[in-house]
Amino acid sequence: MNIMDHLPALVIAIPLLTAFLTPLIDRVSRKARNAVVFIALALTFILAILLVQDVFDNGIQIYVMGASSTTQTIPTQAAVPIRIVLEIDGLSAFMVLISVLISLLGLIYSFSDIKERGGRFYTLFLLMLVGMLGMELTGDLFNLFVFLEVTSIAAAALIAYEFRRGSTSEAALKYIIISSIGALFVLFSIGLLYGEYDLLNMAAIAQAMQSTHIDKIALVLLFSAFALKAGAAPMHMWLPDAYGEAPGAISMVLIPTTAASMYALFRVCFTIYNESLHAIIPAVIIIFGLLSIFIGVTMALVQDDIKRLISFAAVAEVGYILLAMGVGLYGFLNSEEYTVTALRGGMFHLFNDVLDIGLLFLVAGGVIYATGERSLNKLGGLAHSMKYTSVLFLVGLAAAAGLPPMNGFASKIIIYESVYKVSPILSIIAILASIMMLAVFIKIFQAVFTGPKLTECREVPKPMLASMIALAALIIFFGLFPDMVIEHLVDPAVNALMNYGAYIQAVMGVGT
Amino acid sequence: MILMMLKTIGGFWDPLILVLAAIVVAIIAYIIRAAGRRNHKTGEQAKPFFSGVAEPSKEAMHVRASNLYWGFTEALKGYYTSMKKMHSGMLNDYIGWFVGIAALIFVVLFVMEVL
Repeated sequence: MNIMDHLPALVIAIPLLTAFLTPLIDRVSRKARNAVVFIALALTFILAILLVQDVFDNGIQIYVMGASSTTQTIPTQAAVPIRIVLEIDGLSAFMVLISVLISLLGLIYSFSDIKERGGRFYTLFLLMLVGMLGMELTGDLFNLFVFLEVTSIAAAALIAYEFRRGSTSEAALKYIIISSIGALFVLFSIGLLYGEYDLLNMAAIAQAMQSTHIDKIALVLLFSAFALKAGAAPMHMWLPDAYGEAPGAISMVLIPTTAASMYALFRVCFTIYNESLHAIIPAVIIIFGLLSIFIGVTMALVQDDIKRLISFAAVAEVGYILLAMGVGLYGFLNSEEYTVTALRGGMFHLFNDVLDIGLLFLVAGGVIYATGERSLNKLGGLAHSMKYTSVLFLVGLAAAAGLPPMNGFASKIIIYESVYKVSPILSIIAILASIMMLAVFIKIFQAVFTGPKLTECREVPKPMLASMIALAALIIFFGLFPDMVIEHLVDPAVNALMNYGAYIQAVMGVGT
Repeated sequence: MILMMLKTIGGFWDPLILVLAAIVVAIIAYIIRAAGRRNHKTGEQAKPFFSGVAEPSKEAMHVRASNLYWGFTEALKGYYTSMKKMHSGMLNDYIGWFVGIAALIFVVLFVMEVL
């Protein structure tokens, strides 16, 4: 058996099996449990890199579950794909890399942060990763729904992890109900499409798409559900509750889960509906983007809770991604020359958002760990005791606010320029919001880290510092060498978005 | 020398040039600082003068987070009042916004179809 042939399945299977193994090992030894979870995730990360390399070198990868050949998408006795198909193009590979990388760093952080009920925690943690990976690798709409549910249920349980604070249970309840209603919309739209085409495979539906009224109803349902899960304003209100109440590492790993929903949104628009997409959709995405930026940044400014503040900043960052992708989608439908640049800016910012806001959440988690305090009004002078954490916060601050030479600046400048081509007003709003974002983070830095020593505390443990330093190093590297990242990671994802024909061909043109 | 250039629509962005410029500026700043007076005192001379009033403790003077940007939030009071209503924390409101937005997209999409 050549392991390379089974990479897509292994990337999902390893964390899935480890998830169910973890509570058993936990009964024997906590150290052994941590070691097994770390080895499993490190192995998944290596396999994900191999998979990404394979996709970038050899094009779209197909993996058919239960077939005699893993590439036989259409069974001999059938005319359409009926088995579970994993389809990995540049976009999927890009998303998988983000999800596994952030989960690995979150895991290292959690070794110090999570002290109680670790067996359950890591089971849920790994299941959340499995859900994300499944959403990003599947070529099948129904499996997308299943993995969306897996992600939501695991995430809700993790949000409520510190259940002794009542607010965590409230946040988790809101999250699971909102997620369930969103998932219901997704399931209903899948039912509509299945009723019309007798198909569940995304490539097959894209090929059969006739843009009927039923298709448009399904589009609105899918679009609004994934926009909700992505945290797009004005449907974002669940996000500060969920991100704000989850443990530090989970707040960070929740970012790729919203990114996975954004991935699903883009997959629906660019691949399934592609050129038959209604012209109103790019405009709606742009409006969502602007609202997210404006509401996110202005609401962040008045927050008192450190994690809620960063959560609203995360909403604003989602807005930048949606703005760029909306402009890119508009260009895609109208064959505009700035399309690739806008999509490049959006995808690059998606990666940067996960890193920058992720680092800020880890720092916030570290501050709460060290002081037991979340209120900005009660903190002060932490730089005296937490020197490394303070410097790492500055790196995250500069990156999220889009200060040069950080990665956030590189992606935002691409967004500003491409968005300017559609309307200079959009660019002006985006730039002003970015300046406000800087003001928001300066508020945290001034209130929490500078000034006289108001709170007695010690620096966070080494595993927490290690994952923060790794994130900061990636931020600085991406900032100093943005062209390298764009060429090797972002552009293949953008090409995959644009070239929906290849996605369809990979399933419908292979195997008989 | 342009090392790692990111081409954009309007030109290019090279972070390494910025880093190089920052290093040059830092060196110049250090040279200027080093040329300063060496007899500068850090004790009594460095204390702030409040017209003879004793300086409050540093802890008492620390500007708390809620005091920052007070003027900005006061000027946008109307906006923030409506935003607080929107972020009520009530699950019913959250679902209402979601269903309302989905319905609005439906209406706009099908009105455009008809027109």
